[in-house]
Amino acid sequence: MGTTETGILSGRLSPVEYERNFSDLHPPLDEHEALVASDRCYFCYDAPCMTACPTSIDIPLFIRQISTGNPIGSANTIFDQNILGGMCARVCPTETLCEQACVRNEAEHRPVEIGRLQRYATDIAMRENRQFYQRAEPTGKSIAVIGAGPAGLACAHRLAVKGHDVVIYDAREKAGGLNEYGIATYKAVDDFAQAEVDYVLAIGGIEIRNNQMLGRDFSLSDLLSKHDAVFLGLGLAGVNALRAEGETAEGVEDAVDFIAALRQSATKADIAIGRRVVVLGGGMTAVDAAVQAKLLGAEEVTICYRRGKEHMNASEFEQDLAAAKGVTIRHWLQPKRIIARDGKVAGIELDYTSITDGRLTTTGETGVLTADHVLKAIGQTFEADGLGIITLQSGRIVVDAEGRTSLDRVWAGGDCVLGGEDLTVSAVAQGRDAAESINHVLAAASQPAVAVA
Amino acid sequence: MADLRNNFVGIKSPNPFWLASAPPTDKAYNVERAFKAGWGGVVWKTLGEEGPPVVNVNGPRYGAIWGADRRLLGLNNIELITDRDLYTNLREMKQVKMNWPDRALIASIMVPCEENAWKSILPLVEETGADGIELNFGCPHGMSERGMGAAVGQVPEYIEMVVRWCKQYTRMPVITKLTPNITDVRKPARAAKSGGTDAVSLINTINSITSVNLDTFSPEPSIDGKGSHGGYCGPAVKPIALNMVAEIARDPETYGLPISGIGGITTWRDAAEFLVLGAGNVQVCTAAMTYGFKIVEEMITGLSAWMDTKGHRTLDDICGRAVPNVSDWQYLNLNYIAKARIDQDACIKCGRCHIACEDTSHQAITQYVDGKRHFEVMEDECVGCNLCVNVCPVQDCITMVGLEPGVLDERTGKTVDPNYANWTTHPNNPMARQAAE
Repeated sequence: MGTTETGILSGRLSPVEYERNFSDLHPPLDEHEALVASDRCYFCYDAPCMTACPTSIDIPLFIRQISTGNPIGSANTIFDQNILGGMCARVCPTETLCEQACVRNEAEHRPVEIGRLQRYATDIAMRENRQFYQRAEPTGKSIAVIGAGPAGLACAHRLAVKGHDVVIYDAREKAGGLNEYGIATYKAVDDFAQAEVDYVLAIGGIEIRNNQMLGRDFSLSDLLSKHDAVFLGLGLAGVNALRAEGETAEGVEDAVDFIAALRQSATKADIAIGRRVVVLGGGMTAVDAAVQAKLLGAEEVTICYRRGKEHMNASEFEQDLAAAKGVTIRHWLQPKRIIARDGKVAGIELDYTSITDGRLTTTGETGVLTADHVLKAIGQTFEADGLGIITLQSGRIVVDAEGRTSLDRVWAGGDCVLGGEDLTVSAVAQGRDAAESINHVLAAASQPAVAVA
Repeated sequence: MADLRNNFVGIKSPNPFWLASAPPTDKAYNVERAFKAGWGGVVWKTLGEEGPPVVNVNGPRYGAIWGADRRLLGLNNIELITDRDLYTNLREMKQVKMNWPDRALIASIMVPCEENAWKSILPLVEETGADGIELNFGCPHGMSERGMGAAVGQVPEYIEMVVRWCKQYTRMPVITKLTPNITDVRKPARAAKSGGTDAVSLINTINSITSVNLDTFSPEPSIDGKGSHGGYCGPAVKPIALNMVAEIARDPETYGLPISGIGGITTWRDAAEFLVLGAGNVQVCTAAMTYGFKIVEEMITGLSAWMDTKGHRTLDDICGRAVPNVSDWQYLNLNYIAKARIDQDACIKCGRCHIACEDTSHQAITQYVDGKRHFEVMEDECVGCNLCVNVCPVQDCITMVGLEPGVLDERTGKTVDPNYANWTTHPNNPMARQAAE
C-alpha cells in the first residue's frame, strides 16, 4: 500500500512493490507442471476446444506432443495455425474459448490448462528461436499491410511464407499494435510483444515502416499503385467520448492511453495514479485499467458499469481477478457529471440505471463518488479516415468470408472489420485467412491464360 | 467384521497379505517395519548357499514404465538374491520370528541344483523357526545363467526333483515359486505337485526390457552403457498373473493345490481377484516398493469392507469362487448378446468411443445426432465388443447390457435364443460338422 495522498501522483510505491505487482500474472509452467497438466488431456476426437479456438489450433495434438516430451513439435503445431500463439497463450480469454469447451468441465469443473500449456510449448520454441517455416520461391508480388498488430502480423507472416514480399506500415513507434500498447503489463512481461514481433519477422521478406499513418503519411491509392494488394489491419484508433459535463477536467483520462503508457514504462514508478480512481466501462480494458491502477498504489479503485454483471464484456475470470486485486465493481451506474474543483477532478456524479422495456434508462436516483482520477474505458471506435469508398457498416469495414473489402485488391481483418470480436486470436485468424485469400487471388492472376478453343 | 485370518498350508497369519521375497524383506530392519505396519507375513529375501554371497551391480537396478501423472505401472529389476551373508540372514530371521510369533515368516531359498546343496541349507533354515520355505525357481536374470532360478523353473523334471529333495530333508511346508517365462504354466505346477510340494506361488517376474535410452541406445536400467533383461512386475503384470493362477486352479491335475498369488497386487481389489481365482493368500512387492508398507492398511480395510458388504465371513467363503467361471473360449455362450449403452447424463462428449469404434471397430457409435455432438450406440451395428467401455474416460458412463431372450438383435435381425450354444456345436465349425456327419 502506497501513500494515501490525494491527487494524481507517480511513485506511490517502492521499487520492490512495483516489481512484484507487475510480474507475470500466470507464471509459466515448469516441465513437471506441464507434464502433469498435459496428462489431463483426453485427446478428444473432433475436440470441442479446437472448435472453440478462433484459429483452430490442433489442441489435443499439441498437448499430446508436450506429454510425450516433444515441446518443439508442439509449438510447430500451434504456430501452423497461429503464428502469434505465444501472445494468445497469455492474453486469450481461454475461460470463454478453448477451456470453456474442455470436456473436463463436464465431470470435474476444471478444464485442462490449455492456455498455460500453449505458453509452455511456444516459450521453449521461441527461446530456442526455432523457426518452422521457410519462404516459398519468390513470387515477385508485393503486399502492403497497414497496421502491425495481431491481424497485420499474422497476415504478413503467412504472405511471406507464400513467397510474397510484404511492407507493413504502422502509425506507432513500435510494431505489435494492441499487443504492444493495449495489453495489461502483467500479461506480457519481459517485452514479450517485441520478442514476438522479432520471431515473426525472422521468416524474412517483411519490412516494417513505423510512424507511417494512413491519411497522413500515405494514401490507400498510393499503396495500391505500389503494391499488388493491401491488407487493412487498422485496429481501433479512436475512443468513445463520455458526453458528460466536466469531461475536460484534469484527471479524466482514456484508459487505453493509461494502459499504453504503463506498457511503455520500464519501472512503472513514473506512471501517475490517483488516490481514488473511478474506471468507467465493463470490458477487458476497464478491468485492465482498474487492476493496474490498484497495482500502482491507488487506495480505492471502483469500476462503474452502466449495466448488470451479466452484461459485462469482461470475462468472469477478469472480474474475479479485479475483485481479488481489491477493485470494487459497481453495476447500474452511468456517469452524469464530472465534479471538478480548481479544474481538477474531485468526484463523479452518477445516475442509477435500469432496463425498462428492454432499454437502458436512468432511474432518477443519483449518487456521488469521490475521485481524483477517472479512467474512461467506454469503448473504442474505428477511425475510417483515408479509406475512401470502401464500404463501412456501423462504422466498421465490411468484409466477406475471406476478408475481402468492397474495394478490389484490398482485404481487411481484426478489430476494424464488422463483426470483429475484439480478440487478439480472432484478429490473427482473420489476418491469416486474408493472406490465404490474397495468395489465392494473386496466384490465379499469374496463371497464364488458357486458350479457349 | 470379516475374519481375515489366513491358514495357508498350515502357516497361520492374521491376514492374507504377505510381502513377497524381494528387497523389502532383505533384512530384519525392513521386516520389523513391515510387521509393525500390519503385514500378515513375509517371504524373506532369497537365501543362497553358504560362502561368499552374490554381488549386485553397483549402478541402477530398476527400470520402469509409467502411466498418467507418472504413476508407476511396471517395474523391472536386475537385482539378484540376497547379497548378505547367509548366517546374518538366518540370525535375523530367528530373532524376527521370536519377536513376531503370530506372523508368517517364510524363507525363500535358491541353491544349486544339487541334492547336497539343498540338504545342507534346509536344517539351517529350519533352526530359525521359519514357518515354511519357498523355492525360488523363478528369478529370470543373473541366477538363471548360473543354473538356478528360472533355469530350474523352466524344466519341470528339475522342479520335481528339487521339490522331492526338500520334502525329504525338511518338515517345513514347501511352496514352489513358479516362473512365468514358460509356455504353459500348468507343466511346472504339475511337476511341483508330483514332487510333493505343499503349494505353488506365482508369478515370479517376467523377462523384460522396460525402455531404451534414445540418446545412448542403451537398454534401461543402464549399467555403463549396457543393459540386461530384468524381471518385470507391478500393476502391468497382474492380468498375466491372474490367468496363470486360474490355469493352475482349474487344471484337473493340480486342482486343489494351494496357490499363493503374486503379480501386481496393488489394492484390496487386486488381492480379492487373486483370492477368488483360487489363491489361498497373496504376496505383494511392487506396491510396497512404490508407496511404503502403509498400503497394507488399505488392503486390509478394503478387503474386509467388501466381504462385510457381500456377507462373506471368512477367506474360505471367497477363495476360488470365480474358478468355475473360468472357461475355454469354445465353451462360451454364443447366444449371449450384449450391446453398449451410453449414459447421456454421464457422457462428457470427448468422442473417444466414437473414434475408437469408427476407426478401429464396427462404426456403431454416432458423432452427431440432429446436428449436435452426440454419441449414441447404433444397436444395428454394435457387436458388443466392449472397446468403447474401455476407452471411455468416465467410469460407468458406457456399460454393456445383455439382451433378454426373445428380444430382437437389430444387428442380426434375429431374436435372442434363450438356449446356451457354443462353438463346439456351431454349424460354422468344421470339426462340429465332422462330428455330426
